[in-house]
Parts: sequence; structure tokens; C-alpha cells
Amino acid sequence: MQPRHRLDAIFAALADPTRRAIIARLAAGQASVNELAQPFDMSQPAISKHLKVLERAGLISRGREAQRRPRRLEAKRLAEADKWLERYRRLWEGNYRRLDALLDELKTQEKERKPQ
Amino acid sequence: MKRAALKITTQGDRELVMTREFDAPRKLVYDAHTKPELVKRWLLGPEGWSMPVCEMDVRVGGKYRWVWRNSTDGSEMGMGGTYREVQAPERLVATERFDQAWYPGEALNTLVLVEKTGRTTLTQTMRYESKEARDAVIKSGMEKGVTASYDRLEDLLASSAPSSVARS
Repeated sequence: MQPRHRLDAIFAALADPTRRAIIARLAAGQASVNELAQPFDMSQPAISKHLKVLERAGLISRGREAQRRPRRLEAKRLAEADKWLERYRRLWEGNYRRLDALLDELKTQEKERKPQ
Repeated sequence: MKRAALKITTQGDRELVMTREFDAPRKLVYDAHTKPELVKRWLLGPEGWSMPVCEMDVRVGGKYRWVWRNSTDGSEMGMGGTYREVQAPERLVATERFDQAWYPGEALNTLVLVEKTGRTTLTQTMRYESKEARDAVIKSGMEKGVTASYDRLEDLLASSAPSSVARS
């Protein structure tokens, strides 16, 4: 997947509150599908669907233990999304601070052009 | 005066939304987004970049072309697109495509300006083409219009955890 595409998948996965809660739970340690389903009023197949989306985005992976196959958080992928968002934010904050200054200048010019 | 904070949100699965308030009437904010001589003074990105090319034919079907140059190593980054909707001074919709494709296809940018007592709230929505993300949504039957607002993902995760989960 291209970086931007990958980020799309990550952000799409994180757009759902249940999936964010699953991520938060896995941040505390790996867990089986049953354990993940417990706090939610949801069937195991419904939870499995959410896990598939998270897996496809690379945010979680499966352990090797035969029966349990615990899911765990791929912290690196989450950090990747966070870093991208942070860079994006810094870029636009810089742009908009310059725009603030420009707007102040334009306001002053308008006042001078149209004296009350 | 304290400057307003920039809010970045995801909307649905393909959109990114930025909101920011400006202490100016929207006519001026609109000008700053549509007049090349004004655009090239603020739309510069990180420190050390200038905007040597800023051509804009602001009318429906008109094109724009922006190129940034890094003063340290001379590298350039360019992008452009076509205006789809032009409604001064409140709405501007344009496609966007970067020369070096860092994301596939085109994005659609919608700028909306709302003025209230001399201040303007800017909302910039970027809608990305992403079959993968869209398919993931259809397959998971995710509800529409779920909006997550956050400064950092950490905040997002902390705030969305149900108490039973946060405890563990």
C-alpha cells in the first residue's frame, strides 16, 4: 500500500467508536476475540468484523497461540498515523498564522481606503 | 488577542475536515484564498519554502497551478486542479492533484466561510479518493457520519474508551 493509501485505511478504521475502544483495550495488552467482545453489547461475529477492519489497516495483528489467537496492537502503525496528523497540523498552523497576519494587514488597508 | 485553535477532524472515512476561526470579515478571508498575490504570502507550508508559481483562474472550470520551492536544496513540489464551484465570498470547491502522487487520484477540496460579527469560521473539507477505505466501510457496514474530533490520536483513544475498557 502507498503511504497515503495506508493512512486512509488507518483513519477509516479509527473513524468508528467501537474500533477506537478496541484499540484502547489492546493498548493495555493483548486479548482474545471473546475478551474483546465482553465489554460491548455485541455478538462475536460483529466484533470479528471490526477486528478485520483494524487488521486490514495494519493496526492490530494476531498472535500465534493455536486456539486463542490473541489480537495485539501494532503501535508502530498507530504512531505513523499520529505522526502524519501532527505534521499536517503543524503545516496548517503555520499557514494560518501567516494568514492571520495578512488579514490584519488587509483590514488596516480597508480602513484607510474607506475613512469613516 | 489569542488566536483560535485549528481543529482537524475525520468525517466518515474519506474526509478530513479543518476548522479555524479568523478575526476578519469573510470577504477578506475569501480574497486571501482566491487572489494569487495574497495566496502566495501565506500558503507556504513549512519554514524555508516559497511559492514561485501561483496561477489561479478562479471561475467554474478554471484551473490553478501552485509550485513550492525549498530555499535550502532547491527541490520543488507542485500541484494543481480545477475549480468546480465558485461562490464568492462563501464557498469554493476545487479538485487537487499533486505532481508527485503521495496519495492516489484526486482529492476534492471544499472551502466554506461563515461570518459572524466580523469574525469568519473557515471549514476546509478534503475528500480523498480511496477505494480501499470505501470498501472497508461497505464491508464493515459502518454507520455513516461518525465524526471523530481530536488534536492527537492519543486524546482520541483516551476519550473514546468505554469505562469498562479503560479500567482494564
